[in-house]
Amino acid sequence: MLNSKIPDGPLAEKWTRYKATCKLVSPANKKKLDIIVVGAGAAGAAAAASMAELGYNVKVFVYQDSSRRAHSIASQGGINATKNYKNDGDSDYRLFYDMIKGGDFRAREANVYRLAEISNNVIDQFVAQGVPFAREYSGYLANRSFGGVQVSRTFYAQGQTGQQCTLAAYQALMRQIKAGKAEMYSRRFVMDLIVIDGKARGIITRNLVTGEIERHGAHAVVFATGGFGTVYYLSTLAINSNGSAAMAAYRKGAFMANPSMAQIHPTSIPVLNDYQAKLTLMSESLRNDGRVWVPKNKGDKRNPNDIPEEERDYYLERRYPAFGNLVPRDVASRAAKERCDAGYGVGSTGLSVYLDFRDAIKAQGKQAIADKYGNLFDLYTKITGMDPYTEPMRIYPASHYTMGGLWVDYNLMTTIQGLYAIGEANFSDHGANRLGASSLLQCAGDGYFILPVTIGDYLSEEIKTPKISVDDPAFDKAEKEAADKLKKLLSINGTQTVTSFHKRLGHIMWQYSGMVRNEEGLNKALKEVNELREEFWKDVKVPGKIDEFNHELEKAFRVADFFDLAELIITDALHRKESCGAHFREEYQTEEGEPLRNDEEYMYVAAWEYTGEKSAPKLHKEPLTFENVKVTKRSYK
Amino acid sequence: MKITLDIWRQKSPNDKGKFVRYELDGVSKEMTFLEMLDYLNDKLIKAGDEPVAFDSDCREGICGTCGLFINGRPNGPVKGITTCQLNMSVFKDGDTITVEPFRAKAFPVIKDLIVDRSSFDKLIQSGGFISVNTGAAPEANSIPIKKEIAERAFDAGICIGCGSCVAACKNASAMLFVSAKISQLALLPQGQTEAKERVRTMIREMDRLGFGNCTNTGACEAECPKEISLWNIAKMNREYYKATLG
Ligand SMILES: Cc1cc2nc3c(=O)[nH]c(=O)nc-3n(C[C@H](O)[C@H](O)[C@H](O)COP(=O)(O)OP(=O)(O)OC[C@H]3O[C@@H](n4cnc5c(N)ncnc54)[C@H](O)[C@@H]3O)c2cc1C
Ligand code: SF4
Ligand code: FES
Repeated sequence: MLNSKIPDGPLAEKWTRYKATCKLVSPANKKKLDIIVVGAGAAGAAAAASMAELGYNVKVFVYQDSSRRAHSIASQGGINATKNYKNDGDSDYRLFYDMIKGGDFRAREANVYRLAEISNNVIDQFVAQGVPFAREYSGYLANRSFGGVQVSRTFYAQGQTGQQCTLAAYQALMRQIKAGKAEMYSRRFVMDLIVIDGKARGIITRNLVTGEIERHGAHAVVFATGGFGTVYYLSTLAINSNGSAAMAAYRKGAFMANPSMAQIHPTSIPVLNDYQAKLTLMSESLRNDGRVWVPKNKGDKRNPNDIPEEERDYYLERRYPAFGNLVPRDVASRAAKERCDAGYGVGSTGLSVYLDFRDAIKAQGKQAIADKYGNLFDLYTKITGMDPYTEPMRIYPASHYTMGGLWVDYNLMTTIQGLYAIGEANFSDHGANRLGASSLLQCAGDGYFILPVTIGDYLSEEIKTPKISVDDPAFDKAEKEAADKLKKLLSINGTQTVTSFHKRLGHIMWQYSGMVRNEEGLNKALKEVNELREEFWKDVKVPGKIDEFNHELEKAFRVADFFDLAELIITDALHRKESCGAHFREEYQTEEGEPLRNDEEYMYVAAWEYTGEKSAPKLHKEPLTFENVKVTKRSYK
Repeated sequence: MKITLDIWRQKSPNDKGKFVRYELDGVSKEMTFLEMLDYLNDKLIKAGDEPVAFDSDCREGICGTCGLFINGRPNGPVKGITTCQLNMSVFKDGDTITVEPFRAKAFPVIKDLIVDRSSFDKLIQSGGFISVNTGAAPEANSIPIKKEIAERAFDAGICIGCGSCVAACKNASAMLFVSAKISQLALLPQGQTEAKERVRTMIREMDRLGFGNCTNTGACEAECPKEISLWNIAKMNREYYKATLG
């Protein structure tokens, strides 16, 4: 039975009460306790630094050469907080409400409220660490709006908010490394999790430079490994983003929650050619001033600037007058797909829509627009050769974020004792759809303010546990399995490259398990994924050796996990016979084409338990109760 | 297009390494430079040869992983971009392109085009932070900061730690990288308490790690993909004098 361990009491007092009553570890005992943190993006770096400051011994593992390069660095538009500096009626409750509604009533009330409550501390922390957020002429902090909300609560540093916040957390971590409280293991890939007597006790890593397989033990393990949107092959994520750590935890008994809740972001630069390895996001903040449209006439090939006003279909403003261009991402993505599928798409492939700044430039002047979005415009020009100051951008949806992830309770602990999941790697705060600028908040909130408290509650019971020995048979077994898997991959010596398999897998997922899904397609996808996986294990070609720097072997390991993850995603999507947020099942929609939830039967978190390689995962349900909001139809009309 | 590539191949840190020539047919102008290398690797793998090792992650110019020395310049012929943002459209059919790793004593080669830049982490460890523990921060708006100061700090703060400045410099100096961090933090009121100590320790560390001296050639600024300004070096020098004299 899943126990989410939500503290008693009124919503607004739960976290305060928790902090007042949770168990603590004394400074002297903290020194004896080791914590492994895998991943050092906004979530992992914040957690590792904060726990090291508290006195724990922290070991950090990342696959990049430096932890500064985690993909949090790429996040663009901003980070939310309820400061209400604009005096526009914002409050903790309102952010909480926006996220619950934005997530289409599939997130957990208590976790979301806590996040809203600590949001202001997150901004304070970043400012103190030197994040150069945008300022007004008065010298005070500036804000802007993001999709799905009607207040202005987003803090930003041009289009590089994530970079600035991630570097602040990175620098805090570097400070602890210098102080000897944290240790960095870069270019390490986590292959497996060690569980001894039901508790997470360590990890198996591959040293990506030497190929050596290594063992590391600790009293608790934290996974801050980010999202796995790369299962779709093309995505806005870093090309090495992966689901391997999550899958390792899953196979060792951590439940995977709502894996099919995947966000397809509406404003990415469209696919330009067949060789493309990655898609680049254009921040959602652009929808503050950019207007989305397609021509009213099918196949209109005129230069967009030559298409007169009355022949343009501003379809978001038309369909959603209250929110207009600022509808949430899932809504905007589906609307773009709908127009393109109906034949109104623009560009050579017909798979894109316009995002137009003409009117904003006219009203505010070029400089004002440049101030807000200059570096995003430059990025766009660099990639496409087109100038958004003089012609509309072309955009299309792309795989971007995973709301689903490892199931965690209020402590952010998974179903494995002592294994925590934070940041994008867990599932708890965004339900079926994430609102913009709330992931950085969640990552930093989890890392700076939540985990350092909740982990103490668990570790207070571990103070008598001596250092975890890596000679335990559990390490022997896991190390051997990891090595065997790599050897197997190298021994197949087939004819097709790893990337070609990844592309085909991504194509299946995008086609049948992307923005729009139906039973027939999902069943087809399940079958095709299985066949492709079989083909992979018979015919993949991985060059090189095990004990050397070997990118292809790394990729093969990740793609092998993507197959299993894809299967789980499809299984979850198939089982949820309703539409909610980003999960849109064609069978369940209103006459106007809006998603149709089924709260009677599906108001729960689906948490999947691994039962073996050949057997189907077992479904566990965490019922969701909403005591502080009225569950309504989610409408942005 | 048909392209000839002279690529630096080096099996391991201790291997001597050499250029190997590849003739690559079927290159499209729509490819990025790294997609062209992906394409080459695809061919090499299928032919049973070892693919060229190069690093990349975000592929959108922000993580700082991908830097290569292309035709004698960091990130190739276009100003203000990272290697992953370089498009093949800037090359012509029949061109020969040399591809090398970034070279500097403080950046030893790991394999082929991949170098070890952990010295940059060490530089940040030596003082590139503000010492504020989690929870100790005051209310964010309690210290107003002039818009233009915040913007200056931002312009310095956008350094991606790619190392192009070091690779471009004949002395392999890390001055632009270090000065960007020092000036970002010294501009902000939050960073001023530690400003003197920071500039001293970071400069000391830079020497210790084997980076060269700055002789003001300005090559770093010219090749920096984020166009970090030399102004930061001047600012750092001012901070250094303040710290050592004052
Ligand atoms: C282009 C883009 C723009 C975005 N813009 C915004 C925005 O404006 N506002 C907002 O709130 N959110 C935004 N997001 C979302 C947000 O950036 C991410 O959700 C968030 O940064 C994830 O942070 P993280 O710390 O959980 O993981 P990441 O930053 O992805 O870090 C993952 C870490 O795990 C490590 N890792 C992963 N797998 C392994 C393994 N197997 N072994 C070892 N190490 C491993 C990596 O090395 C890395 O250190 C954006 C996302 C993208 C892609
Ligand atoms: S200063 Fe410029 S070239 Fe040097 S590391 Fe930073 S971004 Fe790269
Ligand atoms: S791969 Fe990230 S900057 Fe080029």
